[in-house]
Amino acid sequence: MEINKDLIAASSTPIVLAILAEGDSYGYAILQRVRELSQGAMEWTDGMLYPVLHRLERQGHIAARWETAESGRRRKYYRVTAQGREQLAEERRQWQAVDTTLRGIWQMIATPHGVVPRLQGA
Amino acid sequence: MATPNEATGLEDQIEQWRTYLRRRQAIHAVDIAELEDHLREQVAALQDSGLAADEAFLIAVKRLGSLDALSREFAREHSERLWKQLVVVPADSDASAVPARADALGAWLFAFAAGVVVKIAIELRLTDSAYLRNAALFVLPLLIGYFAWKRRVGARTLAVLGTGVAAAVLLVNAYPFVPQGSTAILTALHLPVALWLGVGIAYAGGAWAESSRRMDFIRFSGELLIYYALIALGGGVVIGFMAMIFQVIGVDIEPFMESWFPCLVAGALIVAAWLVEAKQSVVENMAPVLTRLFTPLVILVLLAFLGTLLWTGRGVAIERDALLAFDVLLLLVLSLFLYSLSARDPAVPAGPFDALQLVLLGSALVADAVALWAIGARISEFGFTPNRTAVLGINLILLVNLGWSAALYLRFMRGRVAFGALERWQTGYLPVYAGWAAIVVVLFPLVFSFR
Repeated sequence: MEINKDLIAASSTPIVLAILAEGDSYGYAILQRVRELSQGAMEWTDGMLYPVLHRLERQGHIAARWETAESGRRRKYYRVTAQGREQLAEERRQWQAVDTTLRGIWQMIATPHGVVPRLQGA
Repeated sequence: MATPNEATGLEDQIEQWRTYLRRRQAIHAVDIAELEDHLREQVAALQDSGLAADEAFLIAVKRLGSLDALSREFAREHSERLWKQLVVVPADSDASAVPARADALGAWLFAFAAGVVVKIAIELRLTDSAYLRNAALFVLPLLIGYFAWKRRVGARTLAVLGTGVAAAVLLVNAYPFVPQGSTAILTALHLPVALWLGVGIAYAGGAWAESSRRMDFIRFSGELLIYYALIALGGGVVIGFMAMIFQVIGVDIEPFMESWFPCLVAGALIVAAWLVEAKQSVVENMAPVLTRLFTPLVILVLLAFLGTLLWTGRGVAIERDALLAFDVLLLLVLSLFLYSLSARDPAVPAGPFDALQLVLLGSALVADAVALWAIGARISEFGFTPNRTAVLGINLILLVNLGWSAALYLRFMRGRVAFGALERWQTGYLPVYAGWAAIVVVLFPLVFSFR
């Protein structure tokens, strides 16, 4: 299944904030976590995560620090700030509202088999 | 596991990839380091699952996404980095940009038009007072027109800008000003500030609501100043030289210059505006250097002043000129501050120069408090005049801005807020200056009965 670009872009903020709320992390690990959580349904182009992280950092939702990993490489870790947690709560409210709306309408139009009926004569 | 041979091959490939990335203006060295860490981890994971080093490298690079798309995304997020290049522009809006050659031609035509307008005004033999009041209207509407044309602004924005300019023309010429009165001079001084907002709206091409476009406009204004000063300097040298060689053959060029020089002054502003955009990288590196040079100097002056004030215990004898001096000082501090703000990379954590900025803001605030106290005393003794009220207004506006800037800066240095909060405060404040200027232009003559 391919999810369209606009949806990916819109959901990137809450997903990144939520993953960082689980604990401090860095780019590659965040992407791994996204794959794991979506069971491969959300395919992000790896590089595109970084501008998103930088935007969140500029907005003050997350903060970055450089650390030396066990391999000896320098790695940029991100952590969610207090302001970021507020933003996450706000995003969560909004997404839940969207979700509730969609759930309601899914149920209204669902047939007993859970399939949308065809409009033109079968 | 990788053989030594494979490992050096991989290092070479990564080095090559890094070189490619370095050519992209929008992606900085720290970002490359971050991406490289990602790439290496991805390569290692793929190798663990059985791929050879070069295969793993190819797949890892592919997954990062195409370099063009990547640098476009970085550019969108870090628009300040592209300031030096002005390739800005998302891929999809190329169609709406004016091509470079047409832009150059257009700029010179608008500059020429400005010169013609000034020449007509000179030939009309306006009174000095009328000439001064209208001075801003000879040039700025054409600058607004240049950007409106270049950015292809929408009809609604165009209507708003047109109405503003028309209202200004009407007001300045229909009010029965007392010649040489204070309100006439105040109008001449404040009208350019009010019109500058129009330039900003046209410059932003209808996206004036966006904080980043306003920040670009602040950068543009500062760099325009530098370019204009350079052109004026060069022009002065040429004219001096011209006067010298014509003197040799017994021709005095002064009468000629007197009637044509103002046209050059007007046209040069639009040419400078065009140059700022067309030749970005020339000045771009100068701005941060200039602010770093002058910030410590202004701090020294301010501290010396405050120290002397305390040491000698002199009272502050505030005359009208002294009040103006304080306004100029605050304006200087504000422009230094704005300029270094616009040249700063928002992602860099607080450093020593930020501490210096805070000292600058703090000492300016103290100096201003002294001045304000003295103005207050003078007003309560002699009452309000147009000049005193105007100066007091600017003072209060600047005081509020600098005070809140200092508070935000302090919170930024303690890590409480992101740097973006400071930028948003400054860009959100821009209409306040224009609003005050408009009040002075529109209401002051009425309130003070055109004196």
